[in-house]
Amino acid sequence: MVRPIGILAGLGFVAVLLWSLVWGAVAFIQEPPQPTAEHEFHKHPRDAGLSSAGLLGKYDRQQLQRGFQVYKEVCAACHGLKYVAFRDLQDLGYSEAEVKAIADQWAIETPSVNPETGEAATRKNLPADNFPSPYPNEVAARAANNNALPPDLSLIAKARHDGSNYVYSLLTGYRDPSPELLREFPDSKPGQGLYHNPYFANLNIAMPPPIVSEGQVTYTDGTRPTVDQMSKDVAAFLTWTAEPKLEQRKSAGLASLVFILVFCFLAWGAYKNVWRGEPH
Amino acid sequence: MATTFEEHPDRKTALIDSAPQEEQGVRRRDFLNIAAVAYAGVGAGVIALPLVNSMNPDASVRALASIDVDVSAIEPGQAIKSVWRKQPIFIRNLTPQEIAEANAVPVSSLRDPQTLAERTKEGKANWLITMAVCTHLGCVPLGAAEGENKGEYGGYFCPCHGSHYDTAARIRKGPAPLNLEVPDYEFTSDTVVRIG
Amino acid sequence: MSFPWANQYNPKNPFMRWMDDRLPLPRLVYNAVGAGYPVPRNLNYFWNFGVLAGAALAIQIVTGIVLAMHYAANAGVAFQSVEHIMRNVNGGWFLRYAHANGASMFFIVVYLHIFRGLYYGSYKAPREMVWLLGLVIFLLMMATAFMGYVLPWGQMSFWGAKVITGLFGAIPLVGEPIQIWLLGGYAPDNAALNRFFSLHYLLPFVIAGVIVLHIWALHIPGSGNPTGIEVKGPQDTVPFHPYYTAKDGFGLGIFLLVFAILLFFAPNYLGHPDNYIEANPLSTPAHIVPEWYFWPFYAILRAFTVDFILPAKLWGVLAMFGSILLLFFLPWLDKSPVRSGNFRPKFKMFFWILVVDVLILGYCGGAPAEEPYVMISQVASAYYFAHFLIILPLISLSERPLPLPNSIIEAVLKGKSGSTLSTGTQTAVSAPAE
Repeated sequence: MVRPIGILAGLGFVAVLLWSLVWGAVAFIQEPPQPTAEHEFHKHPRDAGLSSAGLLGKYDRQQLQRGFQVYKEVCAACHGLKYVAFRDLQDLGYSEAEVKAIADQWAIETPSVNPETGEAATRKNLPADNFPSPYPNEVAARAANNNALPPDLSLIAKARHDGSNYVYSLLTGYRDPSPELLREFPDSKPGQGLYHNPYFANLNIAMPPPIVSEGQVTYTDGTRPTVDQMSKDVAAFLTWTAEPKLEQRKSAGLASLVFILVFCFLAWGAYKNVWRGEPH
Repeated sequence: MATTFEEHPDRKTALIDSAPQEEQGVRRRDFLNIAAVAYAGVGAGVIALPLVNSMNPDASVRALASIDVDVSAIEPGQAIKSVWRKQPIFIRNLTPQEIAEANAVPVSSLRDPQTLAERTKEGKANWLITMAVCTHLGCVPLGAAEGENKGEYGGYFCPCHGSHYDTAARIRKGPAPLNLEVPDYEFTSDTVVRIG
Repeated sequence: MSFPWANQYNPKNPFMRWMDDRLPLPRLVYNAVGAGYPVPRNLNYFWNFGVLAGAALAIQIVTGIVLAMHYAANAGVAFQSVEHIMRNVNGGWFLRYAHANGASMFFIVVYLHIFRGLYYGSYKAPREMVWLLGLVIFLLMMATAFMGYVLPWGQMSFWGAKVITGLFGAIPLVGEPIQIWLLGGYAPDNAALNRFFSLHYLLPFVIAGVIVLHIWALHIPGSGNPTGIEVKGPQDTVPFHPYYTAKDGFGLGIFLLVFAILLFFAPNYLGHPDNYIEANPLSTPAHIVPEWYFWPFYAILRAFTVDFILPAKLWGVLAMFGSILLLFFLPWLDKSPVRSGNFRPKFKMFFWILVVDVLILGYCGGAPAEEPYVMISQVASAYYFAHFLIILPLISLSERPLPLPNSIIEAVLKGKSGSTLSTGTQTAVSAPAE
C-alpha cells in the first residue's frame, strides 16, 4: 500500500513543481528580469592587504594605534564603539596610565546620575567603561544625520561581507557615478544628501566622505597620512574591535593542529596495529 | 583503558595463519596503543582547562578591581557603606572617644588579636575601612547608618547570628571567628581613598 | 541480544564482580560498544560517522552548558551577552566558536551518516527501527539547531525565527493562532527567545535519549556492512573493541582536524555577516537565508511559486516537511531484497544523481530567490520527490542485482568486501554485469 500511495504523492509533488516551473519560465520569457544598478555596478571590496589577514597573520600594533587615532578624530563623533571598553585599548600597546588618560579625556562622557539630585548627568570615562555612544538613542542619531543612522562600528568588520576590506574600500571608494551608470540607470544618480560609492550595497550612501585629504590626521610615528593610509589604518583598527582575540585564536589553532596531527598519526598506528593480520 | 588492549579477545577461528609474532614486536606495538590512548587523555585534560577557566572572573569583573571614594563628607562618628567588587564596605570616621575605647582593650583578650593601629593607616587612625561582610557567614552587619544597632561594643552588630564587633570592627562576642576584614587601600589625597 | 559467539563479560577484578552483581553497567557498556559486540569485519570508513555524531553531540552539550553560564536569554541583552562572551569571558571566544562550528560539524557528520544509510540500504529490514529512530534524532537536531541560531539575537536570528514560525501560518484556519502561540506574541521577542533557550537546552538531552534507543535497536540485528549480506558465523565478525574503537579513534582524529581548522582559522566562514548586527524588528536583511544545513529544505520551500488548488505557500510548507517525512516510509518504498548499492547498478546511478541533486538544492537554497535559482530548484525538488516516491519503488521491479557474495568473509578474502573506499566503488563498477 505504501508504494502506490507514495507514487501518487510523488506524482502530485512533481506535477505541482513542474506547473510552477512552467509559469516561472513563461514569466521569465515574457518579462525577463531587469538588470539592476546594484547588480551591474556594485563592486566587491578591494584587498587592503592587512597584516591580520591570512592563516597566521597578526595585528600591527603601530597601525592599530594609528587606526584608533583616525577613529577618534574622524569617526567617533558619529559612530559608537559600544561593545569595546577603554581597558581593551591596552591590547593596542597603550600602558595602563595612557588608557586612563584616553578614557578621561574622551570627548563624549558616560551617562550617570547626579549624586545630589538624582538627575541624569554625565561623568568622565574610566578604563572599565565601554566607549560611550555619541547619541543618547536612535532618534537623536537620526535627527542629527538627515534621518540616516550611523551604525555602531564595534562589529562592522564582521557584520559585512569581507568586512575589513569593505571598510577600506568604502572609505576610499567615493567618486562621481560613472557615465555608463548614469546612461543605463538614470535613477541611480545620488539624491539629496547621498553620495555615490560603488562598494556600498545600493551604491548611494548617506555618509559624506569622511577621509578626504592627506594630513587630515597627524600621525606621531612619522607615517605619511595619505587618504589611502588612513583608510587602511582605520580598517585595521576596526578589524581589531570586531575580533580582538584573533591572535590568541590563531596561535591556539596552530598548537591544536599540531597536537591533533600527532594524535592522528598515533591513532593510525594503533588502528593498523590492532588490525594487523586481520583480513578486512 | 590501557589494560584492555593487552587482553586480546579470543579469536574463535583462526582465519589466516598469522605470522609468528616476536615477543619484542608485540610489546612495541602495544606501546603504540597505550601511547595513543594516553595522548588522547592528555588532550582531553588540556581541553578541559579553558572550560574550567571560563568560570573564573571575566575581564569586565576584573576591571572593577579598584575604586576611588571621596570621604570628605563623612563627619566624625559617621560611617558610609560603599561597594567594592560587588561587596559592601564600611568607611567609618571614628571619634576620639571610639579610638580610646578601642585602644583600651587588652589585645591578648581578643579572639583575633589586632590593635586599632594595625587596622588603620598611619596618621589616619580615625579612618576605619573594613569589609561590611560578617566573617561568620557573610551577612552585612548593622551599625553604619544612623540609629542602627551597633551591638554591645559600639561598633557593628550582625543580626544573622548575633556577632558583636567593637569600634575597631574586631569580633568581641558571637560566632564570627575573625575581625571584619580590612581591604587593601591607600589615601591618594587627604579626602580620596583608593580601595583595591 | 548478540551473536552466540560474542565474548562474555567476565570481570576478574573482585570489585567489578561485586559491581556486576548489583549494577551491571560495565556489562552493558561491554556488550554495547566493547569486546562483547561482534561487528562485521568489513566495515569501511563510512561506518565511522555514527560514533563521530555522538562525539559531536558530546562537544555541543559540554560547550553549550558552559556557554549557558554566561549567556543571558533576554531580548534586551542577548546580543550584548554574546559579545560579552566573545570579549570578556576567559576563553569565551573559543567556547562560542566551538559551539557554532560544532553544530556545522554535527550536521556534516550526520548527513554523511544518513547518505551512508541510503547507499548501503541500512534502512531495510530488519533495521527499519534503527532508521526511524535516526530520523527522529535528525528532526530533533534540526529543531535544536534552529532554536540555537535564534539565541544570539542577531538579524538572521530574528528574521529566521520570524520566517520559520511563519511557515505554520500557512496551515489553514489554525495556522495563525499556532504561530502566535509559538512566539508568545505577534513577532519574535522576549517570550520567544526565552522558550527557545529553554527548549534548546532541553532537546539535546532528548536526542541523547533517542540515541540510546537508536543503538539499542541497532544491537538487535547487529550492524550492517558494505556487502549488505547477513553475518553467517564468527568468521564474519570481529569484536567492536579493540577493532572498531581503534578505527573510530583514527576517525575522531580526522574529525577533530577538520573541526579545528574551521574553529580556529575560519570561524565565521559558515555563518552570515548579518548575524553580527543586532536584531532589528523594523528592518529586514536584503536576503534571509538559514544556516547552510537547512539550505536544501529551504530551496524546496521556495520552489513552489504558483497556487494550484492549494496556496503556493502551503505547498511549500507541505513539501518541505514532506521531504523529511517521506524518509520515514523509505523502508517500505524500496522493496529490493538487496541492501547494498554496490550490487544494485541502477539504484547506484540514481543514488549519485540524488547526491548531486541535494547539493544543487543546497546551493540554490543559499542563493537569493531569483532566476535562474528558482527554476533550478524546481527541477531539483521534482527529482528529489521523484527519486524517493517514484524511482525507488519502481527500479526494484526491473533491476537485476549483481551476484552477492556467499559470506562476508568470502567477500573479504576476495577483496570485494567494499571495506575500503576505493575497492568499494571499484568492485561494483568493474564487476561484470553478469
